[in-house]
Amino acid sequence: MRFPKRLGSLSQEQIVFLITICMFLVFSLTLDNFLATSNILSLLRSVAVLGILGLGMLIVVLGRGIDLSMVANMAISVAWTIQLVRVGMPLGWALTTGLGFSLLMSAITGVLIAYAEIPAIFATLAMGTFIYGFGRAHLITGTDVVYLPAEFGWASAIGQGKLAGIPVPILLAIAMAIIAYLFLRYSKLGWNIFNIGDNQSAARISGIPVRPVIVLKYVLSGGAAYVAGLITATAVQSMNTRIVNSNMIYDVILIVVLGGVSLSGGRGSVRNVIVGTLLIGVLVNGMTIMDIQYTIQNVIKSLILLLAIVADSLINPRDEQTGQQGDI
Amino acid sequence: MKSNRLKKLACAAVAALPLTVAAVHAQEPNDPFRGPALEALKGKWVAYLPISAGFDLAQAWGGVVKTEAERYGMKFTIQDPNWSTDAMSQGMTSLIAEKPDVIVTQNPDTQSLARLMMQAQRQGIAVIQLNMQGAVQTDAFVGPDFIALGRQVANMMVSKCGADSNTSHKISIVQGVLTGGVSYFQIQGIMEVLKEHSEIKIVSSQAADWDASKARAVTETVLQQNPDLCGIIDVWDGQAIGTGSAVKQAGMSDKVYVVTSGGGAKSTCDLLRDGTFSAVVNYDAPGMGRDAWTAIMVAMQNGGGAKMKTQIYSPSFVMTKNNVDEASCWNPENYAKLLR
Repeated sequence: MRFPKRLGSLSQEQIVFLITICMFLVFSLTLDNFLATSNILSLLRSVAVLGILGLGMLIVVLGRGIDLSMVANMAISVAWTIQLVRVGMPLGWALTTGLGFSLLMSAITGVLIAYAEIPAIFATLAMGTFIYGFGRAHLITGTDVVYLPAEFGWASAIGQGKLAGIPVPILLAIAMAIIAYLFLRYSKLGWNIFNIGDNQSAARISGIPVRPVIVLKYVLSGGAAYVAGLITATAVQSMNTRIVNSNMIYDVILIVVLGGVSLSGGRGSVRNVIVGTLLIGVLVNGMTIMDIQYTIQNVIKSLILLLAIVADSLINPRDEQTGQQGDI
Repeated sequence: MKSNRLKKLACAAVAALPLTVAAVHAQEPNDPFRGPALEALKGKWVAYLPISAGFDLAQAWGGVVKTEAERYGMKFTIQDPNWSTDAMSQGMTSLIAEKPDVIVTQNPDTQSLARLMMQAQRQGIAVIQLNMQGAVQTDAFVGPDFIALGRQVANMMVSKCGADSNTSHKISIVQGVLTGGVSYFQIQGIMEVLKEHSEIKIVSSQAADWDASKARAVTETVLQQNPDLCGIIDVWDGQAIGTGSAVKQAGMSDKVYVVTSGGGAKSTCDLLRDGTFSAVVNYDAPGMGRDAWTAIMVAMQNGGGAKMKTQIYSPSFVMTKNNVDEASCWNPENYAKLLR
């Protein structure tokens, strides 16, 4: 099938961005109040958590990896934090302990992948199950939903607060996007992640400390998971550890892949994640306004993903070079 | 003189002795029913298979049934499928093979376990369904009459947002899992009432899959689109915490009437106190545990499972900020400890 030349020069990111713009225009014209500032803020707010998780996933995927343990790590570390506050630990200590737990777990994941050389998909799948199982057996032993106590104080503002009229989750997501952008674009470590993702053997030969960098990228993703978890928990005044059984992790992978980040590593940027996140945000917000059932929303969401992938493979057909990269 | 009287007394006592003995003898067969009842319970096996052992309702039910079962020398086992329907039907299949005397379960939806429950019944295993009714009737269904509960909740909403009120008459409904009994039957009851009240406008009716985050996201958008919303019905307090949070964070707690229902755990009482919920229909989960235990006793003392079929509708009451302090708000931790 041949497409006009001008279309042929579009990347997947641009296609997705176009779809987003089109949907945005259609919704603006057909749905009341869609363009209202408050609705745009609520749209952004609803995908802020997904976006932050996406940033963590981006860093891992860029270095040729995948982190399926993110949601488990997020749920258990934050639920434990809340649990600690409930039993009387000062807030600051509890937050530090929870973050420490999250970073430790992701560091273990990193070591398993970098030093024991277990494929990322298996190591993180197993670690996700381990973190959840360990957490439910030893850390959160009551109900699987942990309710936020009043002692959570100022930290409640992470999910509930507003700054200059803008919800804090949006600001946090923007701040983390900027940090991730600067890190990947201007720091040596960030550059090394790209190199490892592109060609691990070449990176090693040229003197990049491959293994420590791999561990680091999982630790960063653990940190992102913790922040995302704090937002989730403080926004609904509880942390529901059942979220581990949901398909949230696939949504995270969806926004990363949708935006055009290559799962084979080395190609992608923060911009891709933002585009993917916006598409899902606009789509879900519009469908909720139209009162479309959640189950049908899922069907439409996956159809849009298929559409984006099909469009990409028609416009940018697989050639020898992309074929050799290999896909997961 | 004195000793004479003593002698008489002794004689009288001795004479009375056989009488007393006879009386003691008579007292023992005085309760001829206790023995067989205890016999019917002793050594029986109660297998508990809820959707998950990790949430307040299942912990209260299990905690009560376990305590009573063990009091009467029964064996109590628990399996935790952790919200996986697959794991649950596997658990049920293996239980049927092991032949316990009683299976206490909770359907994830109306269909998944229906055939397995029939199979268990055919083998004479007593099957007791909690809260979420399946498509087949077994020894007992224990839970509130959810259609009536739906009607009750809808009527509460009509009195706040109906024709007599000076409001927009706009309401929103947050469902659970569409096919789950608690959601399905409640919605049926709600719709029956709302059909008679055409002034009420349902601006949104979405499923949140028992997930507070989803309920929060849906409600935030609904409030955005309908800033004059009058009320919200959420079918379960466990997810309504998200619904209520969205209302609270939009600063609309005074204007929007949030009504939900649940087992009356401490967390729900706290949410009533801080204004996240306006009213909760409390169906008292430990009370349901007691009803389940009653169903077990009835089945065991009447020749085992599948002999008779009963709908045991558990009592409920409306809880608001005003009477929450008088309600017994129980702590799930205490029951979770019993089950561990």
